[in-house]
Amino acid sequence: MEFPSELKYTKEHEWVRMEGDTAVVGITEFAQSELGDLVFVDLPAVGKSVAQHGTMCVVESTKAASDVYSPLAGTVSAVNETLSADPGLINRTPYTEGWIVKLSGVSKAEVDSLMSAEEYKKHLGK
Amino acid sequence: MKRTPLYDEHVRLGGKMVEFAGWEMPVQYSGVIQEHQNVRERVGLFDVSHMGEIWVSGPNAEAALQHLACNNVASLYDGKAQYSAILNENGGVIDDIIIYRFNKELYLLCVNASNAEKDFEWLCSKNPTDARIENASAEYGQIAVQGPRAMELLAPLLKGPAFASLKPFHFIEAELLGSKVIVARTGYTGEDGVEIFVKTERTADLWRLLLEHGASYGVLPCGLGARDSLRLEAAYPLHGHELAEDVPALESGLGWIVKFDKGEFIGRKALAVIKEKGQARKLVGFELDEAGIARQGDTLADTGSQIGVITSGTKTPTVNKALGMAFIRADLAAPGTKVSAVVRGRSISAHVVALPFYKRPSGKAA
Repeated sequence: MEFPSELKYTKEHEWVRMEGDTAVVGITEFAQSELGDLVFVDLPAVGKSVAQHGTMCVVESTKAASDVYSPLAGTVSAVNETLSADPGLINRTPYTEGWIVKLSGVSKAEVDSLMSAEEYKKHLGK
Repeated sequence: MKRTPLYDEHVRLGGKMVEFAGWEMPVQYSGVIQEHQNVRERVGLFDVSHMGEIWVSGPNAEAALQHLACNNVASLYDGKAQYSAILNENGGVIDDIIIYRFNKELYLLCVNASNAEKDFEWLCSKNPTDARIENASAEYGQIAVQGPRAMELLAPLLKGPAFASLKPFHFIEAELLGSKVIVARTGYTGEDGVEIFVKTERTADLWRLLLEHGASYGVLPCGLGARDSLRLEAAYPLHGHELAEDVPALESGLGWIVKFDKGEFIGRKALAVIKEKGQARKLVGFELDEAGIARQGDTLADTGSQIGVITSGTKTPTVNKALGMAFIRADLAAPGTKVSAVVRGRSISAHVVALPFYKRPSGKAA
């Protein structure tokens, strides 16, 4: 399983990639493999404020709906609309085309407090 | 947790094991969508060894089953199978079952895994005759071979005219790997195929044979995830979802197997009253008209007031729509009726549709 070293991770299996001041958020390879084939992503509205560790959106497999938690406090500045037509992007390319939301107004201190790839791997026991 | 005789096979094949009805079962191997589509287009193999098997035998076996199950056992003949249900006195569904008639004095009941013990105790305690009732669940494994290529896959293994002429809802006794098996042309996927009852100790050998020999037919092992999405598209009810002890069989959509004219049986009186007065709720299909997925436990509403409860729902691979089944107020059950599904507090437009969601193309075998 792949955990790119340039990303930050949470215990709940989300990842964050900083692009300037914007945080791009998705779920990890481990998370998608646990969830199985995704068939729907309930995307949040652009402009929605999210709390750190608060529910950011819901991803659904044929079997179940699962909450995705926001790794950071911030405001949803963009959502990945292509997931509406093809939620399987999260299964196939969780770190690239399968990104879920972009957050603005995030705190650098919160970003720094997230886990590194090495720490996340340890967290998974890998 | 209980394990089927195929547990090691599932682990070896990379099956993702989960708890289901007290059993450790594979929910998927390669992925629910791929497995589901493979059953629709080619053929899939399912471990259904967790299902229970109960024998009813003796000169009064038929009389016992006429009282204990709601369908008409007297319409069976040797080698014929029948979908039926065990009801309680209120007409609620203790379990849905398949009854296989070997001869007038010997019947096999295939029951749900989670209900096997309960069913056995109920049948024994309510048996009005001296018919013998035996729980043989531990003696049998069961493998379902389902899909348009299932019969073709099995033909070289089950040579002979009996298999070649095996019709839907019929079964034969045959030999596979030198062991006696029961091959029934039944299933739970909406596709053609069989369910094979095999002695527990030979189940893994048969599984491996079917996988190896089936490779050239495109066979894939399939888990409970695909089994559930396949049965939902075919609108087969599932106990604990559409069927429950506190829901009368008529409301669960089982009216077609409740045979009032066959004589007395458990649940008949209560259901006769409902039939006379008309039922309050009906089991219907629904589809969402907006993005979202509605699942078991979510509700249906009409201008703000609750009119129904969803029993099963997801977005299914073949039909590729968010759909499901629900109990709905009887006056709102007509296909086309506009309703709302309430999911996590949000209202999603939906409408009632006729069942099933999926029917196999008529060119695609029996």
